[in-house]
Amino acid sequence: MAEPDPPLARLLVADDNKVNRLLLTRGLELQGHSVSCAENGRIALDMLRREPFDLLLLDIEMPEMDGFQVLEQLTADPKLRDLPVIVTSSLEGLDNIVRCIELGAEDYLPKPVNAVLLKARIGASLEKKRLRDQQKELVRRFATSEVAQDLEQSGFALGGRHVRGSVMFSDIRGFTALVESQPPEETIELLNAYYALMFDAINDHGGVVNQMIGDGLMAIFGAPLPMTDHGVAAVRAALEMVERVELLNTRRLAVDKPAIRIGVGIATGELVAGYTGTQKRATYTCIGDTVNLAARLEEHTKLAQRTILIDPATCAALGGRIPVDLLGAVALRGKALPVEVYAVAGRPAPCA
Amino acid sequence: MSDATIDAATFAELQESAGADFVKELVQTFLEEAPAMLSELRESLAAGQADAFRRAAHSLKSNSLTFGALALAALARELELGGLDAAALQPNALGPLEAEYARVARALEALCRG
Repeated sequence: MAEPDPPLARLLVADDNKVNRLLLTRGLELQGHSVSCAENGRIALDMLRREPFDLLLLDIEMPEMDGFQVLEQLTADPKLRDLPVIVTSSLEGLDNIVRCIELGAEDYLPKPVNAVLLKARIGASLEKKRLRDQQKELVRRFATSEVAQDLEQSGFALGGRHVRGSVMFSDIRGFTALVESQPPEETIELLNAYYALMFDAINDHGGVVNQMIGDGLMAIFGAPLPMTDHGVAAVRAALEMVERVELLNTRRLAVDKPAIRIGVGIATGELVAGYTGTQKRATYTCIGDTVNLAARLEEHTKLAQRTILIDPATCAALGGRIPVDLLGAVALRGKALPVEVYAVAGRPAPCA
Repeated sequence: MSDATIDAATFAELQESAGADFVKELVQTFLEEAPAMLSELRESLAAGQADAFRRAAHSLKSNSLTFGALALAALARELELGGLDAAALQPNALGPLEAEYARVARALEALCRG
């Protein structure tokens, strides 16, 4: 194949034996990688925690900290858990090799290491890591680290389940008119600034943005990872969003651009949550009455002339910690019975 | 052929994959390091330190395999697997290994000059 050479990888060789270190380093450098060495497991771990490496070649028999202990520590460290490790050793006994694999080693190569085999294994490990990193990056762009973790741990399972959580819908008031009054690049610039601020506010309070449509977004609190107090978290996130929009507005007004306003609807209850889509392209989403209610409440902010509207279940979850005004029962589209609607009054009481 | 001190095929393969000049350096490193492994074996045997004994035997085995010193590797492996307890029962447990190492060292030096 006419594939270009893969970019140089940074490899760490951990081996207490000097001849082994030199030989492995030589072989890897001939393959175009950059190589660092550690004389025992403890030094290797220190180096891994200090600088980034793409792959670890690990000996097992080492003084101070042996390869088994290194593997255990790597598995326990969220930042190093995914580092590919190839064990190179002349270990005696199949059970020792099995133990390496069980402890998370990607592969085992007996010493003396065959150069051709080594190249193939390293190539495969690096390619796997590259794909994993790419996947992680995609997930990270749309979710909090907790969700990214959940996705990885579940192996991107597309199942569904019932959860209790709070759903938030938010959009920019009068956005269509704004779009028509300004050049398209300004609209995109505004949207990017707006989304960055909203993502931060929502993520800060443990929420997950799972949909963006135009100027609108949907966020979930309490799923995919359970969260205590998701109702309060959602309302606090909404208040922070409003605050951040105010900051954005002071910057906009300073350059003679119109201020923007947002509307937020929040509802709390049962959700059906899961990953929808295909194995190749999936998003985490929630569906059900609670979701519809949150969307309707957000729509209703225009009519009610209030920024944040919540349902009775969210209001109950607040337990008086954040002041609200009762707006009374409102007939919402798609709802057979009128719903009591509350408007969040202002800043939250400081956290206890 | 199989009872040669250094297996010719293994050594040639090493030279081919790592480069003959590099192998010379590697041999030098081994000849510098190996005496320390041998004395580690002697000292840990005398002091009853099983882990150090096993590690030293393991290291020596691993390097012997690299250069194709198959007989030396087999002797080191026996010590590694038998451990300190087995070695302690023999009057001259390290004798055959030390003798074989002397042969290996001479053979490697000759190969590097050749």
